[in-house]
Amino acid sequence: MRVVEPVVELARGLWTTLRMMLDKPVTIQYPEQKKLVKARFRGRHVLKRYENGLEKCIGCALCAAACPADAIFVESSENTDQERYSPGDRYASTYEINMLRCIFCGFCEDACPTEAIVLGDQYELSFTDRRQSIYPKEMLIEPVPADSNPTPQKTEPGVYTRSVPEMKDPKD
Amino acid sequence: MNFLLVLEWLIKGFVWALVLLGGFAYLTLYERKALARIQSRIGPNRAGPWGILQPIADAVKLIFKEELTPAKADKLIFTLAPIITVVPAVIITAVVPWGPSFEIFGYHLNLYIADINVGVLYIMSIASIAVYGIVLAGWSSNNKYAMMGGLRSTAQMISYEIALGLSFVSAILLAGSMRMLDIVSAQGGYWFHFIPKWFVVLQPIGTGIFLIATLAEVNRAPFDMPEAEQELTAGYHTEYSGMKFALLFMAEYTKMIAISAIGATIFFGGYNGPFVDKFPWLGPIYIFVKIIILLFGMIWVRATFPRIRYDRLMAFGWKVLLPLSLALVFITAVGIILAQLFDNSRLLVVIPVASLLVAGVAVALIDRTLRRKDYARR
Repeated sequence: MRVVEPVVELARGLWTTLRMMLDKPVTIQYPEQKKLVKARFRGRHVLKRYENGLEKCIGCALCAAACPADAIFVESSENTDQERYSPGDRYASTYEINMLRCIFCGFCEDACPTEAIVLGDQYELSFTDRRQSIYPKEMLIEPVPADSNPTPQKTEPGVYTRSVPEMKDPKD
Repeated sequence: MNFLLVLEWLIKGFVWALVLLGGFAYLTLYERKALARIQSRIGPNRAGPWGILQPIADAVKLIFKEELTPAKADKLIFTLAPIITVVPAVIITAVVPWGPSFEIFGYHLNLYIADINVGVLYIMSIASIAVYGIVLAGWSSNNKYAMMGGLRSTAQMISYEIALGLSFVSAILLAGSMRMLDIVSAQGGYWFHFIPKWFVVLQPIGTGIFLIATLAEVNRAPFDMPEAEQELTAGYHTEYSGMKFALLFMAEYTKMIAISAIGATIFFGGYNGPFVDKFPWLGPIYIFVKIIILLFGMIWVRATFPRIRYDRLMAFGWKVLLPLSLALVFITAVGIILAQLFDNSRLLVVIPVASLLVAGVAVALIDRTLRRKDYARR
């Protein structure tokens, strides 16, 4: 014979929901407040530069080969010392990512020999037209760092001969 | 019957209808805000400061939406059903007094629309009409889910109306009248100078049955089987869209306000409160606050309890609430007769004590039934 307990249990349920009213709302007012993404978040791609303003991308198209969704298109051209975009012989004259195809797996990041392509923290990727879904190089590339020149740069002959930077102790 | 009296009725009726319909709009906002806070959210806050323009935005959206009528629907009844549902919900509170009478600019003003000497009977009869709207809406849509919702709501509302009516009976016995004004004035004053003479004190279990039965009566969670989204896709208003849907929605929320107003009047002292005899304008404020609190109770229960199974709903209505409310009527009558016989109003304390005992027996019996092995195995 339980007389009080069933009523107490109902009241406990009611008390639990009432207590929740005192909690602070977890809502983030999105367009005004933005939540910081996690360190390993995979957002929109960014093409990186060296400190001197040269592009890291050498147009090898390994990212395009690694891409399981076939979202990346790379076309490379020859560098000269008069018009140098990146160290080494070649640079990406066209670099396009179709954001409708991209699945943000990060394989391009793994495939890149120069760590040029990185999945950044940008996640606001809305567009209103299918054609706008193709992000060209101008939208992907990082802005030129301060106190350095934009590409193409005029460089001394025989300095930038190596396309992949030398690493002291390559682990990964 | 002079011109001024007719004008007064018209103005009061118009004002009250506007209060109900505006109240419906803001009840939706109130519910969304309260539910959001219970779920650690903020709720609508984009349209206007604190979202106070949200109901207007919703109304504009609903008016401009396309209205569909199913091809094989019964067109006349399909159109008529929302109207049949919404009209009783608006007119049911005509008998509820929302303040004491007072003189204003030498004119005697009564703060109620109609003073019917069988006010409670009027409420019960109008409440029954609302069932027609819902069952006709379900039937005329020519949709099996809507039909099921309509049937469920008929069965549920008729079953719980009996318990509702019997819980009214104990209040009628205590007040000795079916007139709403007499019921309110019987609840004026205090015992021992601090306990208000509300019927919720004398008849707590009757009030509880009223509150449970009204949840079923207005199809609110946890008794919202007629519109169970998961099973019936929306129940009786599956095929409704645009303004017709808005009317059904309006009826539901207006009924919530109406039932809270009736509950506040019959069990929670109506417009009675401290200093109301000196300042009559406090009356409407008190009843408004009581309605808001009762509405919060409904929202709170919706946020807490899951929907109960249909057969258990019917079993609870017929096998628990009906016998219990009959017993309460008996206990109330016995208590009143005892008090009259010995001419000592303190004997009225028999009523709450015996009611609580009977309710304890009912809870124990439900508990035993639910813990029976063959019940649990199913």
